[in-house]
Amino acid sequence: MAPSTLSAAFLIARKDLAIEFRTRTAFFSAAVFALLGIVIFYFAWDPTAVASIDLAPGVLWAIFTFSGLLGLQRSFGIEQADRAIDALLGAPITRESIYLGKAMANLVFVAAVQVIAIPAVQLFYGVPLLENAALLALIALLAAIGLVAVGTLFSAMAVNTKLAEMLLPVLSLPFFVPVVIPAAQATARLIAGRPGSEIVGWLKLLVAFDIVFVAACTLAFPFTIEE
Amino acid sequence: MTSPSSAGPASGAAKSAGGIDWLFLVAVLAIAAALARVIYYTPFEAVQGPAQKIFYLHLPAALDAFMAFGVVAISGIAYLWLGDLRLDRAAESSAEVGVVFTTVVLVTGPLWARPVWGTWWTWDARLTLTLFLWFIYVGYLVLRGAIDDRALRARYSAILGILGSLLIPFIHLSVYLFRTLHPRPIVIKPSAPSLPPEMLTTLVISFVAFTLFYLALVRQRYRLATERDLLELEEGR
Repeated sequence: MAPSTLSAAFLIARKDLAIEFRTRTAFFSAAVFALLGIVIFYFAWDPTAVASIDLAPGVLWAIFTFSGLLGLQRSFGIEQADRAIDALLGAPITRESIYLGKAMANLVFVAAVQVIAIPAVQLFYGVPLLENAALLALIALLAAIGLVAVGTLFSAMAVNTKLAEMLLPVLSLPFFVPVVIPAAQATARLIAGRPGSEIVGWLKLLVAFDIVFVAACTLAFPFTIEE
Repeated sequence: MTSPSSAGPASGAAKSAGGIDWLFLVAVLAIAAALARVIYYTPFEAVQGPAQKIFYLHLPAALDAFMAFGVVAISGIAYLWLGDLRLDRAAESSAEVGVVFTTVVLVTGPLWARPVWGTWWTWDARLTLTLFLWFIYVGYLVLRGAIDDRALRARYSAILGILGSLLIPFIHLSVYLFRTLHPRPIVIKPSAPSLPPEMLTTLVISFVAFTLFYLALVRQRYRLATERDLLELEEGR
């Protein structure tokens, strides 16, 4: 019996995460990349001229964006070897479940990088990120869903082009802007101790982006697969 | 979905036989006439002086660029639905012309901003939006260039064209929450337009001229796409 879309998606996510857990190549390079970025950004500014509390939110979100791209590139890249994608397509599951499964695995990947990067920013920049851990986790989750929804779709498209992984950032980064701006703004207000009402608007924007692009990308994904 | 369009490229190619492109000629004359009116028959704006006249290029180009990207999105939806390659050629042509018009907006904007705002560039909401529009559709053209398979190129472009149009309101909202330097809408608003009638007439003439120019360019570009598809078909790609 063919599994439902959601349970098939969980199976695919588990498969991708098992591969990642056993090899750990992408995760380690993304985590190290994030840490390097945090350090380099700090020295790119004059710390006596720019307060690190002003710097930290932007750095945090720029880092997530770029390290997220590292994971997204692999998402469909690993299916190219031995044409593994053909086996996925031949399986009695819906196309949407392939997309959702890949997206879920990518979401775990991005969240894992965040779990390393957020304390690192707190440590290196001396800003109170973790004092409002629940709210920050909410911002990070909403933003990660948006990044992953679009990035997973573009990853599926990019592997079938001549430019391959070169194309992913060109396609994705304009779409990451309406995620990075609200996330960075909300984070900045959070660590500045501003009232929650100043954050709500940015959170709404993130939720709206997530709803629109998860729906649109799920619908669009079947068209990206060669039949 | 992968099969080439049933209409095939041949049906459009017959029309592209030589002769004068009348639409193009009319469009160029219309642009010349609009420019003449802008320069000689439209009064100076009281505060900004001659610099304000760039407005008659800037706004029509921006409106037609938006229209062009709207055509890309609608053709994309229609292509995914019907699978007719003519729709993809229309999207391709419109995107390319739209990028040219957006470039015009991005060039005329700073030229106007320098004397009036005192700066070439500012991270104002509409400037940022226009810049990102340019990035999205340049990315669209890069994507097209990176795919050899005709049907795959059409499908991927359609997806990006549709997602791009969904993205525009989000970029607008997120950058709008920053302070904006741009004037509030002055032409299309609930009360009467606050442009003097001479200026409004010039603007409308200029808009019509630019739209004709847009149509002429898209038609030319569409013919080129048709002939390229025909050539690729003959080469057996």
